[in-house]
Amino acid sequence: MRDNMIVIDNLHKYFGHIEAVKGVDMTVDKGEVVAIVGPSGSGKSTVLRCINHLEIPTSGSVIIEGVNLEGKSVNLNEVRAEVGMVFQQFNLFAHLSVLDNVTIAQKLVRKRSKEEAKEIAMQQLKRVGIPEKADAYPRQLSGGQQQRVAIARSLAMNPKIMLFDEPTSALDPEMIKEVLDVMLDLAEAGMTMVVVTHEMGFCRAAASRVVFMDGGQVVETDTPEVIFTNPSHERTQLFLSKILAH
Amino acid sequence: MTGPELQIETTTDWRGSWREFPWWLVAIIAFLVMMAYLIITTPNFNEAFNFIRGGLQVFNEEGQLEIVATGLSMTLQVTLLAFAIALVLGLLAGLGRISHNIVIRNIAVTYIEFIRGVPTLVLIFTLAFVIVPAVSDALGIENSLEQHWRAIVALAVIYGAFLAEIFRAGIESIPPGQMEAARSLGMTYSQAMRHIILPQAIRNISPALGNDFIAMLKDSSLVSVLAVRDLTQMARLYAGSTFRFRESYLVLTFFYLTLTIILSLFLRWYERRLGKQGS
Repeated sequence: MRDNMIVIDNLHKYFGHIEAVKGVDMTVDKGEVVAIVGPSGSGKSTVLRCINHLEIPTSGSVIIEGVNLEGKSVNLNEVRAEVGMVFQQFNLFAHLSVLDNVTIAQKLVRKRSKEEAKEIAMQQLKRVGIPEKADAYPRQLSGGQQQRVAIARSLAMNPKIMLFDEPTSALDPEMIKEVLDVMLDLAEAGMTMVVVTHEMGFCRAAASRVVFMDGGQVVETDTPEVIFTNPSHERTQLFLSKILAH
Repeated sequence: MTGPELQIETTTDWRGSWREFPWWLVAIIAFLVMMAYLIITTPNFNEAFNFIRGGLQVFNEEGQLEIVATGLSMTLQVTLLAFAIALVLGLLAGLGRISHNIVIRNIAVTYIEFIRGVPTLVLIFTLAFVIVPAVSDALGIENSLEQHWRAIVALAVIYGAFLAEIFRAGIESIPPGQMEAARSLGMTYSQAMRHIILPQAIRNISPALGNDFIAMLKDSSLVSVLAVRDLTQMARLYAGSTFRFRESYLVLTFFYLTLTIILSLFLRWYERRLGKQGS
């Protein structure tokens, strides 16, 4: 029996009259790194945002560690505390220092003491390689540094799952590597991760499975080797030929 | 720091600085200096000034301890208290305005649109003579609320509606990603609002709040219709008893202009400081 962390069942999401996600099924096992790839507008970010219910699915269900988020008595805040999320635009709290960014949710949600939260925050900032920026403000950091702080902010909550929504798409090329390195470390440490990305190098290096989405549906799911060398669907081949052309 | 910086930009181009120089402020200060000169040197102006300024009367007719503020201190008291209450009302109504709860949202919108649709003076009469007595009757409180408290309540309720729209705009000016990030970390809506959204929103709207404070200082003159002895009422009393209309109303103008100029210079200085921090 596999250890399912996330089970997505027949997920549909409408925005007004537009159906962004058309019946997606997906499972993510403990310790797996699942990369979701596909052309823009294919619904991959929407699927990711439905996992922690930042978007409420129109129909279908999301089950995290056996808890069905559609259930009436579910405390979404408790579930979200276990599911870290990293955004394309970092979304660091602009009015707080780096340290406060990483400690505030620990104090408010995890009810940790100031000292404990600070200690954990410094550990995580060391892990992402920028402990010296603890007193800086987000606007004083480069994009890559901001994204690493955002990762530390999520990790400080000790999540069981990490979601990444195109974490390197807003970065200058020279900063992409520093963020991907942190993500690779995290994958090697056994974190369960779902990553929406255009970084095929990262998929090859870290993904246990690649999910190719197009038009709001999952077209094909397989290991990176198979997807990149021998995809079975024409749409997958077409997409890969475009992004791997140069 | 000696005071508000008056020059808007320091520039090496002297013609630029000539154009940027705040001549309007020179004109206003000239008026204030002229008035100050008249008040100091002319007995009639001096008497009007002292009467309108009023003061704190600590004992009432029966010799009991009772603090009664008149003139300047009444205007400041009404403005500060009414603004403090209006901030609370405005924040609540502003949050209600963006609530997903239909009942709460509609209560907030009704309040805001009702107040915005009726002239301030009419609202002051209605609130002071109809609503406040009705509410205190309903609550079983003896209808003994002093007139200046009715004035404070009226101004607070009126400005609460205006501040609500400022708070709403401030909250909506914060990128949605801030709320999403807070919620994704497991914070509740109110935790995210209190610790993440509002601190940033209030910073953004503080200049607008300052402007409304100045507007309220001026609108506090309307409470004189309730016979509250603020600056305006004192000027009316003085003019009525001495027929020195020129002295009364020039001195009254002097009072308000001095207060608003000081406040608006402070606000400009504060906005510049915010701008520097933000960049």
